[in-house]
Amino acid sequence: MSFSEAIGTFLFSIFRLSTPIIYAALAACITKQTGLLNMAIEGIMLTAALSSVVFSALTQSVVLGVLFGMLAGSLIGGIISYANLIGKTELYLTCIAINLIATGGTTFALYMITGTKGTTFSALPSLEVPNIDIPFIKDIPILGTMLSGHSILTYFAFVCAFLVWLLIYKTRLGLRMRCVGENPNAALSVGISVTRIKTVAYLISGAVGGLGGAFMSMSYVTWFSRDMLAGRGFIGLSANNITAGSPVGATLFSMLFGIADASANVLQITAAGLSYFVKMIPYIITILGMVIMEAIRIRKGLKFKDQVVRKAIAGTANEKDLT
Amino acid sequence: MSELLKVENITKIYTNGFVANKDISFTVNANEIHALVGENGAGKTTLMKILFGMEDYQEGAIYLEGEKLELKSPLDAIHKGIGMIHQHFMLVPSLSIAENIVLGIEPTKASFFDYNEAVKITSDIAKKYNFNIDVTKKVNEISVAQMQKVEILKALIRGVKILIMDEPTAVLTPQETKELFEQLVILRDSGYAIIFISHKLEEIMQLCDRVTILRKGRCVGTYNIADMTEAKISRLMIGRDVELKFNKKAKQAKNTVMEIRNLICVNDDGKRVVDNVSLNIHAGEILGIVGIEGNGQKEFSEAICGFSEYHAGSVRFNGVDIKGKSIRELRQMGIAHIPEDRMKNGCAMNLSVKDNIIGDRYFSPQFRKFGFLNSKAINRFVDQCISDFEIACDNRNQPVRMLSGGNIQKVVVAREFTSGCKFILASQPTRGIDVGTTEMIRKLLISMSHEKDVATVLVSADLNELLEVSDRLIVMRKGKIVAAFPTTQGVTEELLGEYMLGIKTMTAAEMEDLL
Ligand SMILES: Nc1ncnc2c1ncn2[C@@H]1O[C@H](COP(=O)(O)OP(=O)(O)OP(=O)(O)O)[C@@H](O)[C@H]1O
Ligand SMILES: [Mg+2]
Repeated sequence: MSFSEAIGTFLFSIFRLSTPIIYAALAACITKQTGLLNMAIEGIMLTAALSSVVFSALTQSVVLGVLFGMLAGSLIGGIISYANLIGKTELYLTCIAINLIATGGTTFALYMITGTKGTTFSALPSLEVPNIDIPFIKDIPILGTMLSGHSILTYFAFVCAFLVWLLIYKTRLGLRMRCVGENPNAALSVGISVTRIKTVAYLISGAVGGLGGAFMSMSYVTWFSRDMLAGRGFIGLSANNITAGSPVGATLFSMLFGIADASANVLQITAAGLSYFVKMIPYIITILGMVIMEAIRIRKGLKFKDQVVRKAIAGTANEKDLT
Repeated sequence: MSELLKVENITKIYTNGFVANKDISFTVNANEIHALVGENGAGKTTLMKILFGMEDYQEGAIYLEGEKLELKSPLDAIHKGIGMIHQHFMLVPSLSIAENIVLGIEPTKASFFDYNEAVKITSDIAKKYNFNIDVTKKVNEISVAQMQKVEILKALIRGVKILIMDEPTAVLTPQETKELFEQLVILRDSGYAIIFISHKLEEIMQLCDRVTILRKGRCVGTYNIADMTEAKISRLMIGRDVELKFNKKAKQAKNTVMEIRNLICVNDDGKRVVDNVSLNIHAGEILGIVGIEGNGQKEFSEAICGFSEYHAGSVRFNGVDIKGKSIRELRQMGIAHIPEDRMKNGCAMNLSVKDNIIGDRYFSPQFRKFGFLNSKAINRFVDQCISDFEIACDNRNQPVRMLSGGNIQKVVVAREFTSGCKFILASQPTRGIDVGTTEMIRKLLISMSHEKDVATVLVSADLNELLEVSDRLIVMRKGKIVAAFPTTQGVTEELLGEYMLGIKTMTAAEMEDLL
């Protein structure tokens, strides 16, 4: 493998590894607008991954496989919102429960269907979401290797980011979601049902998370194995938290985690001893990222105030009138 | 005059068994501003929530133009033409005024939200009713008075005929109140009915056509304002005469408690909101701070009691510089504070009356035994407070959020006045408080300072209150003291108004010995 090819492959893997994280971040971003943290995103994606495999194998249709992944995600989103909004359970506890149920439940289902507890690899091979070669671009060195030949779902992740942005900032539903998130009383006062908006947000969030799950089992690999998400849902969640709910920012931060993930993979080959440490990198980046961003924000605030005060005290009096 | 709304024998019992409304009947006409008055907890807000479909009721009926209403939700009420402006605004701060107004009835184009159309229709309606606002501004950039206009527009654009306003003036300055009244009169004259709740009886005399009086959840009756006086209304409201004029002994000069030198506070925009203020405050006096809201009174008063920071100058309390002292240290030194926002800073809403009262002193030996809280001593003390300050609550363990506004304030007052303080800052102590409780709080302020030698600073938007309660006054404008009066004798609201607006200003020489 030539050097430029190696670089290209590395860059390619960034996009590939970012994809599930982007879906997770976007899913989290949607419920975040209504003021709810979707901590169950990991469980949603895991369930969707299994659902995709099973239904694509059953129906022998890629489209139906992906759709059933989304449906499974929405179903869980619906269960969470029903429990939380109608049943008044604690949201975070509900989400934790969902994650635990997803881990156990998918393994159980796996065993029931295939008789093994590991993967569906041999018993139930999944269809694969097609990869696309982009004409012209695919022939450019490095850039071609990097951008071309990805799964449709990888390209769609970026389209999805745009769609989520449209949804939040350009539609009626988005406006209402932001309203519910910021001041539910304002929504109530004009007859918007807070419960309905939050439920819709959870359903959409589940579907988006479901796409991420489908990618995992129908593109990333073509089978389901237990715990195959390996924390990607949580990473997406933190990518979204760092950016305070902007879909574009969430996507970019997801890419950052993708880079960390890709680097870890490369280092894993060259320095096997370090592999476990290297696997930690994305998580360390999460924590450091959040701490540093917050620290910078506070420092900047303090410094700014300090300057402003010094200037105001140095001046003799108010120049401008209070209006 | 045509009858628009008829309320018949409404009875409301809350799930905890509390009877908030009992057998209430009254009517509201078109082209009328109808006042609803009653003490804190009399059931005014409850009744209005019923009319707005936010609360159900056990007995009675509501008729709108003869048609019986079944209101299941605020949406039903809005569809029928009943709108409500709540005591606490229901707006989304990060959205623009236009977006807030069209929320729920958003215009769309090709299934996307049409912001331009929203701006157009909202500015049209604002113009129609003479509301002077820029609808593209974000709500977090506008003043409280403007937020209220947004709330009114929110109701108007939905085509309401009856507008319920729950204490709309509680948060407004006198100027803003005047502007609001002008607008309400325009609305009345164009056919709307307005139900207006306020504790300020002079406003009701000035603005309203009829008044319905509630007392302990029952309806006393509906009267023409023309036949009423403030005294008559308050007698019907609380069943006794209220004395808001006080006989104060002439005060004699006592030692200086608070010594403020060249105080400067700077806000986030780099503006000096308090600009080089020097002042002495003495034991046994009540110093009233006058000014249009936003002229530094809040920042100044909160800085001298250590609640917010100051950036230059010094504040000495009994000779000790307060810079860098924690609130607990300041409290132990004898500084007390009745904050402006009692819900946010005055009380912990979810905690009990008991916990709120002992919140600043649970650690004192008096309330401790073997390192644990001494429930017996605490309960005895709290019960004493509840009876001394006439706090209407089921028992000491009731969460404060379940009390009415006036009683929440009594909890704050009980804690602050029993703290053994030597200095007290009272910020808007009677805002949104009924006349009976207002009388009690004002009396307490006066007796604390005149009998117990507490130095008191009173910040209030109510000029009448400042003139009645204070021993001396200062007027603040643009962060500076622009006038000082050694006594309130002969000072009128008009005169204060001229200094507040900057029509007149005293020179430093004139104020020489008065600060
Ligand atoms: N959800 C509730 N559950 C039980 N009691 C309540 C509830 N809400 C209000 N109350 C009680 O009903 C009574 C009437 O309350 P309401 O808010 O209608 O008074 P108000 O006349 O509006 O008083 P204020 O002038 O202080 O606003 C109060 O004693 C209050 O404690
Ligand atoms: Mg009320």
